[in-house]
Amino acid sequence: MSDHGHPHHHPHEPITNGGEPAVAARVRALEELLVEKGVITREDVRVRVDWLVSRTPADGAGLVARAWVDPEFKELLLEDARMAALEVGLDPGPSPVVVALENTADVHHVVVCTLCSCYPKALLGPPPDWYKSLPYRSRAVSNPRGVLREFGLELADGVEVRVVDSTADIRYLVIPARPPGTEALSEDELAALVTRDSMIGVAQPSAPSAAPA
Amino acid sequence: MTFAAGARVRVDARRHMGHHRTPGYLKGKTGRVERLHASFANPETRAYGHDGLPLQPLYLVSFAEHDVWPDRAESKDRVCADVFEHWLEAAG
Amino acid sequence: MKQAVHDRGGWHDEGAIDRSEHELADWELLMDAVVGVLGQHGVMNVDELRRGIESMPRAEYEHASYYERWFFSVETILTEKGVLAAGELDARVRP
Repeated sequence: MSDHGHPHHHPHEPITNGGEPAVAARVRALEELLVEKGVITREDVRVRVDWLVSRTPADGAGLVARAWVDPEFKELLLEDARMAALEVGLDPGPSPVVVALENTADVHHVVVCTLCSCYPKALLGPPPDWYKSLPYRSRAVSNPRGVLREFGLELADGVEVRVVDSTADIRYLVIPARPPGTEALSEDELAALVTRDSMIGVAQPSAPSAAPA
Repeated sequence: MTFAAGARVRVDARRHMGHHRTPGYLKGKTGRVERLHASFANPETRAYGHDGLPLQPLYLVSFAEHDVWPDRAESKDRVCADVFEHWLEAAG
Repeated sequence: MKQAVHDRGGWHDEGAIDRSEHELADWELLMDAVVGVLGQHGVMNVDELRRGIESMPRAEYEHASYYERWFFSVETILTEKGVLAAGELDARVRP
């Protein structure tokens, strides 16, 4: 049903001499105008940019690692993710609400936003391009196992895959299942195994790299 | 709270001109309430500059993949979404 | 029932997922930040941002990059609200 013959919907941005798309100049002009009009201040924007660039998946990974070693913390994370984040010195803010979903041997969650690109960026940083892409948004819900296979993840038939579409004011963070053979690892070593993709649900966490001495 | 966890619910199939957050692929489908989140401002009116009050209860509802996509093979897999109470009705 | 352009769940086959990633450009961070600040100040909320994006003509929506959609929406909504005068932004970009 494609009416333009493109197999993919890649963004097409006219490239200017500076290597930026034309919209870049329009965004700067917008910010300038809004500052001139007193609608926003440059300082507000600077603070917000600083906040955006300082959000990384390491924040979410720290929560997961603590949940793996501390069952009470895991219960708190599942019950009230913001309270759990505050306990480790993070503050995702009151809105949007973050809800953690636990992966087990029997249930595997994977998160998508079919309507736009809702994502727990306060705990993971900005979403990857593919998460915001039209193919992911369309097929994560209609063929989740096919999508997971594209990411190299094959799950047994007996596992229940639960695709969670973030359609409203909730942002979902997956707590991946703790890999086997990690009993001797410290919390920091565990956090290093928790990848961004495992907290979206398209991958499992990394396996521990070295055999025990 | 109108729906308890475990309740069978059907998503209204109405078209709704204008902004709303009930995805087309779930309209008319029957699923199961997983949990009540809390109540939130209604995006359908907030999108037009109104305050979104009164707050509307928001549920996480799960659906069997096979019920949503009948041409796919039966499996244990489920698709879940957050749906506002005013889009749900009790199903048999 | 024809589906709205942003309502992508189960849309007809889109082809393979491109897994390449890019670091956000300065203008993209700026766009994200401006929307965040407008929200903090109660000038424009996330539901209005989404509504603006959803008003894009289908071909534009499907070919625009992510933050281009945000820009389209903010220009549309702020003009609607009278925060920007019609054509004011164009005049600033091309004096």
